[in-house]
Formats: sequence, C-alpha cells, structure tokens
Amino acid sequence: MSVVNQPTPKPLRQSPTRRLATAVEPYLYGAPVVILVATVMLVPLVIGMTYAFRDITLLNPFSGGFVGLANFRKLAHDADFWLALKNTVFWTAASVFFQFVLGLILALLLNRPFAGRGIAQALVFLPWAVPTFLSGLDWAWLFNPVVGPIPHWLVALGLMSQPENILSDPNLAMWGPIVANVWWGIPFFAITMLAALQSIPRDIYEAASIDGAGAFERFRAITVPFLAPTIAIAILLRTVWIANFADLIVVMTNGGPADRTQIVASYIFTTAFRRLDFGYASAIAMVLLGLLMIYSLLIVILRQTLLARF
Amino acid sequence: MAMSRKRILGTLAHRAAVLLYIVVALFPLYWLLKVSVTPTRLLYSEGVRMWPSKTTWAHYAFVLQNSDFPQFFENSLIVSLSTAAVVTLLAAAAGYAISRFEFRGKIWLIGFLLVTQMFPLVMLIAPIFKILSSIGLTNSLAGLILVYSAFNVPFAVFLMQSFFDAIPRDLEEAAMIDGASRFMAFRQIIVPLTLPGMAATLGFVFTAAWSELLFALMLISKSDISTFPVGLLSFVSKFGVDFGQMMAAGVLALVPAVLFFLLIQRFLVQGLMAGAVKG
Repeated sequence: MSVVNQPTPKPLRQSPTRRLATAVEPYLYGAPVVILVATVMLVPLVIGMTYAFRDITLLNPFSGGFVGLANFRKLAHDADFWLALKNTVFWTAASVFFQFVLGLILALLLNRPFAGRGIAQALVFLPWAVPTFLSGLDWAWLFNPVVGPIPHWLVALGLMSQPENILSDPNLAMWGPIVANVWWGIPFFAITMLAALQSIPRDIYEAASIDGAGAFERFRAITVPFLAPTIAIAILLRTVWIANFADLIVVMTNGGPADRTQIVASYIFTTAFRRLDFGYASAIAMVLLGLLMIYSLLIVILRQTLLARF
Repeated sequence: MAMSRKRILGTLAHRAAVLLYIVVALFPLYWLLKVSVTPTRLLYSEGVRMWPSKTTWAHYAFVLQNSDFPQFFENSLIVSLSTAAVVTLLAAAAGYAISRFEFRGKIWLIGFLLVTQMFPLVMLIAPIFKILSSIGLTNSLAGLILVYSAFNVPFAVFLMQSFFDAIPRDLEEAAMIDGASRFMAFRQIIVPLTLPGMAATLGFVFTAAWSELLFALMLISKSDISTFPVGLLSFVSKFGVDFGQMMAAGVLALVPAVLFFLLIQRFLVQGLMAGAVKG
C-alpha cells in the first residue's frame, strides 16, 4: 500500500539547460538589488572620493581641477570642523546613552504580560513612525516659549528664570535635538531588546527562582549576559547611524547658535547644499568615514576579546 | 500577606511606568494636534492650556486651499508608494535567494549589503547630485525614487530574509517534488505565506521614504515637485510665524505615516524580532 502511494522518485538526470537554470537562479534573484545598490551607492561613493582631491564647486565652470591634498590641509586648520567633531561626540554619546537606557527599561516593562500590552506597545512605538523632520519641527515648537509648554514648565520648576528657548542658548541648544532624537529613537532599542529578552528560555528564570535568586540577582546573572551580544551590536549600529544623522539638527537649529549644534554630518550637508563646495564636503565626508571605520573596528575587536574571555 | 502587598505595589509601579512612557510618547503629537485647532487669537493667551476654549478648522482649510500642500502630498505619495513597491519586490527576490540557496559569493552579497548600511549617506549627497543632474534626474520624482530605493533595499533584504527563514522548507520541496518549478513554488506557496512580511517591508520603506529630507532638499529645487518634508520646511521659513497653519500642515504630514505604521506595526515588530533573534 504505502509503496504504491509514494510519489515517483524525481529523475536524477536533468537536461543541461535545466541544470544551468538552477545554477544561475540565485544570481538572477539577487542581481537587481546588487545592480541598484552598486550604481546608486557604490559608484557615487568612489566618485565622491575623487572629489575630495579636487577643487569642485557647483555653478563655477572653472572648478574641477585636481588639487591634491589641499582640501585636507584646509580641514586640519578648520576650527569649525574641530568644533563639529567635538559636537558630534557629545551628540552621539548623549543620544545613544539615553536611547539605550530608556529603551532597555521600556523593553523590560513590555516583556511582562499584562492586559492591554498590545495597545500599549503600539502607542509607545508610535514616535518611531513620526517622520524625522516632523519630529524635529514638533520639538522645536515645544521648546518655543510662544507656542510650546516646555519653557513655562521649566520656569514653574524653578529651573529657568523666565521662559526662553533653549535652542537659542549656545550652552543648552544641543539638548534640543538630543531630546527629539531620544524621543524618536527609544522604540528602536526597545524593539531590539524586547526581541532578545523574549529569546531567553523561561525555565532558566524558574530554575534560578527555585534556587532562591531574587529579582535583581536573576537580572544580573541571566538577563544581562543573555542580552550582552545584542546590546553590543545594537549600540555599534546605532552609534554609527546617529553620528551621521543630520536631519534633526538641520531642521531644529541648522547648526546654530554660533555653530554650537553643528555636527560633522550637518557640516557636510551645509558645505554641499549651501556653499555648493562639493570638493571640501567630500573631503570632510572621507574623514568622517575613516573615523567611523576605526570606531567600528575597535568595537568589533573589543567584542571578540570579551567573547574570548567568557 | 506582605508578599502579596509587595506584588501589588510592584504591579502598580509597572503600570505607572508604562503609562508614563505612553504619555511621553504621545504628548508631542497631542500638542501638534492641539495647536493646529487653536484659533490664532487664542494661541498666545492660552499658550500652555491643555485644550483651547474654542477650536477651529480654519488652519486646515487655509493649508488645503491656499498652499501647495495638496501638491506636496501627492508628490510624496507617488515617491513613497513607488519606492515601497520597487524595494519590496527586489528585496523579496534577493531575500529569497539568501534564505533558500547556497551559492558562491553569498557571504559577499550579505557583507556588501551590511557595509552599505554602515556608511554615511550624507557623503553621497554631492556625487549623487552631480551624476543625477548630468542625466537629467534632478528635479524629478523618478530620481528620488531611484535614490530612495537603493538606500532602503539593503535593510529590506534582511527583513524579507527573516520572513522567508520562518517558513519551513518542506512546503516548497513538497511542491517541487509534485512537479512545480521553483518559481511556481515561490509564487504559489511562499508569496502568500510571506504577505504579512511584505506588508511590513512596504510599510517600513514607505515611512522611510516619506520622511527623507536631506536628499530631497538637494535634488529638488522646484516647488511643484517638492515632497512634503521639503515643502513643510520652506513653508516654515516663509510663514515662520503662523504656528497654527504650520502645525496643521504637520498633522497632515503625520497622518499617512502613522496610518501605515499602525496597520503594519505588529508584523514589523515580529519581523524585526525574528531578525534580531537570529543575531
């Protein structure tokens, strides 16, 4: 009976055309993506690198000649660039730190089943769907004493003597885009951490409970080691991403006041978009790329050494 | 007894914390909505009130009738929907190849797509502008669609791959033993099963394209082909004082993105989780 019902075995010999088709199939499926990404990202990347060694300004027909390392020499003495680099470190570190801590807390809160968890999750993740330019504008308005409540609250709390816009205070302005960025970016970390949390087997916690481990002890001995690899990757990716994330700054402060919120990415954009100096913009971009690659390499090495130790 | 009181307190603290997160997440959006319906003359006198004593739709009416926003809206819709469709289609094919085939160069493909995720897109602004202007694709929605598709496709490939990985291989192998070609198996078995994943990818890419600002600013200089972010930003610098109208325009920009997000957020979270869990 069972012999009769079995499907006839697939013939082993295939025609050469069929074999060829099978061999090239994955390449056919993958080719459109590779072609698209290579032409729109890789080719401009290489061309952009040549710009860094040229004097290339839009609207100036006499520009375009090779100038060797002139752009980089200019960069080394450009005080605006060094300030932007300093601002980038502060912007990135503060944004990543608060996004990560608040995102992890949110993930821990959502990891516990409760009535209405689905709807709560949809609501707390909502800021992620807000277009970044709009989140920038929205927060700029919230910080504006004319229409926004935040300055008035700060006065009521005694943190400010009279309602002023922190975005026009050189010493505080950077916190404006950082707050907007944290608000907008918490969901990313929360989703990533939640995923990692839900992959931890339940019975480990139960076993630890039976052995008498308290809530904090369980968190330290089980949750943290399980989350560590995900945390490392998420922070690495996010740091690189945020260091390049100029939208909020362009929208909220445009680098001001007095360049105190200018980060390297927004400086590149301003140099290309307003000054139309493509050569110099590309030179800054190359330096930024180099720095980010060094950073990524350091993180990867750090991770490998940590993994090797445990 | 002490134990259960402690548990109740813990539960209360938990709910309070969740509520705090919800309030912080929603308040900026609420404020946008509030100012957009506040009559201009009440804007300053009732500046910090939680809800104005009178509401009006006048700002919306002005924005819809006397500005270019309907045009911006249409442009953004064309760009975002086309980008989402192109990316989802291409990413489904490539994600399927990575999920189901072992082939020479696969690791290079994955590495290539990962690296493109890492490098600063802002450094491409100048060369892309030069290249596109030399082939007449600046000031063109097609140019934006091309650029946005390339930027979003690498992540979409990994997203789609995670959805394909979640489908057991036996299903299509059974169909192929029954004589279906791999392509037929893909179309008739895999595609229907990954529809939620495709919806998530569509939504994700739509939102990303809808939000993009810097390349749109650089590549588009004519008002009639501006996308919503560019239009809103030039509106802000032109009518910098009319907060009611600006926020009404802001709410209009928010609606499609939020609708898309709410429709797909469950699938998206699942997909991201599947991807993240795999590490």
